[in-house]
Amino acid sequence: MPEEVSNRMEVEQKKNLDIRGLVCPYTFVKAKLAIEDMELGGVLEIVLDYPEAVHNIPKSMQDHGQKVLKVEQTGPKEWVIVVRKEKD
Amino acid sequence: MEFTDAQIQRYSRHIILPEVGGKGQKKLLGAKVLLVGAGGLGCPVGYYLAAAGVGTIGIVDDDVVELSNLQRQIAHSTNTIGMPKVESAKRTFEALNSDVNVVAMKGRLTKDNITGIIEKYDLVIDGSDNFPTRYLVNDACVLSRKPLVSGAILRFEGQVTTLIPYEGHCYRCLFEAPPPPGLVPSCQEAGVLGVLPGVIGALEATEALKIILGQGELLKNALLIYNALSASFRKVKVPRNPKCPVCGENPTITELQDYDAGYCQMG
Ligand SMILES: [Zn+2]
Repeated sequence: MPEEVSNRMEVEQKKNLDIRGLVCPYTFVKAKLAIEDMELGGVLEIVLDYPEAVHNIPKSMQDHGQKVLKVEQTGPKEWVIVVRKEKD
Repeated sequence: MEFTDAQIQRYSRHIILPEVGGKGQKKLLGAKVLLVGAGGLGCPVGYYLAAAGVGTIGIVDDDVVELSNLQRQIAHSTNTIGMPKVESAKRTFEALNSDVNVVAMKGRLTKDNITGIIEKYDLVIDGSDNFPTRYLVNDACVLSRKPLVSGAILRFEGQVTTLIPYEGHCYRCLFEAPPPPGLVPSCQEAGVLGVLPGVIGALEATEALKIILGQGELLKNALLIYNALSASFRKVKVPRNPKCPVCGENPTITELQDYDAGYCQMG
């Protein structure tokens, strides 16, 4: 049933990670550690303020087999990256 | 366990490797490795394992630090001359990384104590400089089914191999018995380029980390030979010998024996 499927999507694990104030490579190190601890299919929302990492984190996440769902600027010096875990 | 901020910084270049990650780093921190020898090979092996965050490093060695060691045994120093090598190495490794617990055992491995010692560790690294110990460690690791990384150096040439008992070859599949003492040059006669144990020890440490992490291809059924003068590596296949006296089909060595320690004492 399609409804059941969408219900299951609802309970997918979500996690927030605030790495404002961190610089490379610790931005990615923290993000990677957070995603390692999640279930497959879980969604991680990362808030950051280090401009270089806005490009680096999505690229590294993709290299490691994860799916980048969104990269969005949310303030003059603030971004949100949303990643779904697709690989252990 | 959770990483501290200091650990995240210290191991960051491991954590960002897909093949290691936080999970692999935790495996390293939980691993127990036994080093046989705190000399030319044991020093760089232990140094890199300590840097990598291998949580427990046991070291067995009976010697004290001498001035003539310092040309190659980089864990010791002018300040630790006269100190047991295991103690000198423990200080160096724990100063590099306080996450590491170094268990210093001053003494010799014998047929009576070796099994009890190696059973506390996940794997063994042989950096011994003599055949009696090399064969004793091989036989004990085979009989206890303990992975063993083995290295040897002489003059400008060194070799590394990894023994996974009953899966791959063992040292006796390669060389059935120790050579007679008279045919073997003693360490003092032979000489060794000081940097050579650094190369071979780093290769041994690499194999150990791969075993702990479960990554890559090991030097199983293979011997890697490095020649410093020709700047060349050779990888030689070493099949398991069905007639091997210790790991073969009808083993004749079913309990440990000590060999004469008459090899490396002249000069
Ligand atoms: Zn064998």
